[in-house]
Amino acid sequence: MFISSQSSAPSFRDFTLVMPAVAVGNVGQLAVDLIVSTLNMSRVGHIHTDCLIPMAGNDPYASSKEDGEELHTPAEVYAAAELKLAVLQIRAPILQSKTKRFRQLLVSWIKSSGFSRTVVLSSSHAYQRDDQQLQGTPLRYLVTPSLLKGSADALKEMGWREMERVPAFPGLTDGNTEPRLCIPGGGITKGLYTDSCKEDLPLAVLLVFCSEGDNIPDAFALANHLNDWLHLLDDNSKQPNKWKIPTSWSLLFGNGIPPALF
Amino acid sequence: MATFFGEVLSVYSRAVEEDDDELDENEEDEQIRRELEEKREVHLHWSPEVSESLKSGNKLQCSNFVLAVGQNASSFLSVHILSTANWDTIGRASAWNERSRAVTGQSCEESACVFYRHKDNPTVLICQVSCYVAEDQLFQWTEKVFDCLQHRELNVTVLSDTSVADYKTADYLGGSSAPFLRSLHTSAFGDQPVCQSLEQPNIVTGLPAAVLNHCQVHRISAVVYQCYSDVIGPDSVTMETYKPVLTKLGRSIQLDLSPSTDALRKFVRTTDLQSNLYI
Repeated sequence: MFISSQSSAPSFRDFTLVMPAVAVGNVGQLAVDLIVSTLNMSRVGHIHTDCLIPMAGNDPYASSKEDGEELHTPAEVYAAAELKLAVLQIRAPILQSKTKRFRQLLVSWIKSSGFSRTVVLSSSHAYQRDDQQLQGTPLRYLVTPSLLKGSADALKEMGWREMERVPAFPGLTDGNTEPRLCIPGGGITKGLYTDSCKEDLPLAVLLVFCSEGDNIPDAFALANHLNDWLHLLDDNSKQPNKWKIPTSWSLLFGNGIPPALF
Repeated sequence: MATFFGEVLSVYSRAVEEDDDELDENEEDEQIRRELEEKREVHLHWSPEVSESLKSGNKLQCSNFVLAVGQNASSFLSVHILSTANWDTIGRASAWNERSRAVTGQSCEESACVFYRHKDNPTVLICQVSCYVAEDQLFQWTEKVFDCLQHRELNVTVLSDTSVADYKTADYLGGSSAPFLRSLHTSAFGDQPVCQSLEQPNIVTGLPAAVLNHCQVHRISAVVYQCYSDVIGPDSVTMETYKPVLTKLGRSIQLDLSPSTDALRKFVRTTDLQSNLYI
């Protein structure tokens, strides 16, 4: 459940919540890292739950050594009041046996906090795309009926592609099986989406097809895609690198090389 | 996924496991799942006197809680602190998981997770954890233990062993630098740690992390001293690395600062051979 790290509980009424799904390539989480780091958001609380594997570390967004000594937990909420934006960052895997409960926890927290809309950043296995999906942009979106009411025009204007429904058993020409939503490698994304539809929550999913590897370009693509809609960064200069990479992204692929190797 | 050579490989994701579509579980599956969960529950077994006290609603008065996670940390505490023989065993914790050695008939006699209380200063508690606590049991272990302690003016110190292979640094670590200490503390910790803070992008996992999370969220003063060592198993050099922590602990606890070599030898026995692959 949410525990504030300040003296009083913050208000999230009418805020937009951006959160990642722990999914293939960790793309959603990397994109959220970019958002928090660039907008210099401050932490306002923790989601303290037994559904995540515990981990702890110093401030991953610290720019200097002095303010780097602040303990951070697996699920934290950051806020930027002037943008009416709240961001939940999840840093640890969800325990397999507790995925359903974690989804319920999130849905009830979203409801009780009064967010005006929630955006889930996610990803899906690129190798499971069908022939149609192999062409064009790897970015997809999904919206719950509740959010569609308000955002249909904006989505149409941006020309985004909705996530396709796929037949349950491809190849079988059984007339009874209707196409259904499938997000392989997306973690709790599909569950969260269907739960939100049921609970009539305004929720959108933004996902990118990717594979495991160096997923930093995928994170940039997803963050830019989100920015096209929400306009989080006010920049008129079309410079490519407007996102600030946090210090925690160093050494993603291992230590320095021992000189004796050569 | 097909490779260039035409073979088909299964793809693993570092982030998510294969998610099975949530089919409705039938009763039998649910029952099995529930039984398994019950078996994996963490149980605390206190001495009769402590149990009575807890049952009547009084939490354990505690000003200093020292937790040792790992063989070297536990042995260090045994040699330098518990050897002064002023300690009562007040309880133990048990957590069954896939790595627990199957002991037929009775429950583990040499318990891998024991709580001690100082005889003269009963607000000082020590806990040695040398067993494996699984990922899904970490939160529960921490909650259950801390539920028994009163939180006001509580100071928590955690000593933890880990491998230097997990330490990420831009400069190559020559063999000479291990073992070394790094610290991580909660916002409520007001003192100075005895060593450098853990640099990015390193993190702490396992029981020390679970304790830190709990203390951070509940605003308890806590510090973790993580010892990075290149030796698996008990080793006197690794144990000596924790010595600077004694200066902080020595304020409230009586210590043995220079233990005899016999005492050290008792703890640095050769590890049980699990396999003869590397003899």
